[in-house]
Amino acid sequence: MSELKKTILYEKHQSVGATIVEFGGFLMPLYYTTIPIEHHTIRNEVGMFDVSHMGEILIKGKDALKFANYILSSNIVVSNKMQYGFLLYENGTIVDDLMVYPFSEDKILLVVNASNTDKDFEHILKYTNGFDITVENRSNDFGEIAVQGPKSFDTLSKLFKSLPEHSGDFGSFPYEDGYLLISRSGYTGEDGFEIYGSNEEILNLWDKFYNLGITPCGLGCRDTLRFEAAMPLYGHEIDNTINPFEAGLTFAVDLTKEDFVGKAALTVLKDNIKRKVVGLELLERNVPRQGYPVFAGETEIGRITTGYLSPSTNLPIAMALIDSNYAKIGTNIYVSIRNKMIPAVVRNKKFIEKKNKV
Amino acid sequence: MNKHDVKYLSSHEWLYVEGNKAKVGISSYAAMHLGDIVFFDLPKVGQTFKKEAVFGAVESVKSASDLYLPASGTVVAVNEALVTKPELVNEDPFNNWIVEIELSDLSELNSLLDVTQYEATL
Repeated sequence: MSELKKTILYEKHQSVGATIVEFGGFLMPLYYTTIPIEHHTIRNEVGMFDVSHMGEILIKGKDALKFANYILSSNIVVSNKMQYGFLLYENGTIVDDLMVYPFSEDKILLVVNASNTDKDFEHILKYTNGFDITVENRSNDFGEIAVQGPKSFDTLSKLFKSLPEHSGDFGSFPYEDGYLLISRSGYTGEDGFEIYGSNEEILNLWDKFYNLGITPCGLGCRDTLRFEAAMPLYGHEIDNTINPFEAGLTFAVDLTKEDFVGKAALTVLKDNIKRKVVGLELLERNVPRQGYPVFAGETEIGRITTGYLSPSTNLPIAMALIDSNYAKIGTNIYVSIRNKMIPAVVRNKKFIEKKNKV
Repeated sequence: MNKHDVKYLSSHEWLYVEGNKAKVGISSYAAMHLGDIVFFDLPKVGQTFKKEAVFGAVESVKSASDLYLPASGTVVAVNEALVTKPELVNEDPFNNWIVEIELSDLSELNSLLDVTQYEATL
């Protein structure tokens, strides 16, 4: 087994007593205090995540935009807006989901899941023939901090003269003698910012953020937060056996594009969706967990992909990938928990109201 | 009640004997390692379990753990306070029992661990 990696902030996490776990090949903080405390900090105040484990893949060259549109499912246009998309296999299932920073026609940055970085990079390299580009895996060169929560703008304004104005905006923003890549985005359902810099810059920023009173938060609450906001996580709602239509993420697929890897398969699949990711709520108090089977009567119709007793709502809610015949909101189903059939109902995935800055 | 007053299973449940009945809970070590407890999946009064059978589950935010009964018996009471306030067990694991059982074989108590033996397993 290869040695686990550490981000530049690893010793910071240790110094404040974080509980460390393996995640995506890295040693990362699960929590510093408790998951619920950190969860509520992000929903009500402001907190920060070390997300330096995320992968950065840079596409450069004359054909960079054209190439990005060939390997990604969504229509990438040069703008100051981040875009969400999929790398797909030719059969239409998902290699990874990622954020795209389309700086210019000749420079596109992809931010990918830590555990998939090497796989994504190899996948991308398979399709470079005929394009005037270079593709670089720059994951070791950059660190990233996500500052999230309703007080994130006010707090960061004490350090930055300007910040991205609307949800999804990104750009280079002046900081000290240079610039930092900042986007108004995140993975919690709250207003927030994602800040990229060199490892040294990120180390320096963490201390400054900490001194501003921004609370360090771990991967534990990152998962409860993203789940409440109905955001998918690779290995849960999406993976190499699931296509974007089944995952309910059709908005990130543009079948009108000229061609892209997976388009032919998805064109056929779009009219033949047999499974769907739905929201569900237990009608008795219990805790739905990933992997628990879902039943309609005595027929197994799917599995939970993520579930919690939601820290924000205190409801036993989940996302589940189930037979699309049972996906209609209001359908009565069961979740098998420790061999007991717990009644549940299909509901919308709006578990909380998102508060992104429109 | 404290850690010296009870007997243990190595799977972190404790048992406090009162005549032919016993209260059952989890150790402070277990409560600390589970983190914030959010739910107990409890048995019904009248259910009978063998020694070391799974009688319920304790759920923290992140994970579910089975609960094992330290001795054979019939459930005569469940701690209803834990339905609305499961976190009581985090706060004081020895004074917040989970179930009370009527013991069916008192000789089983001899095989349980005392606090020294239990702490040696940690």
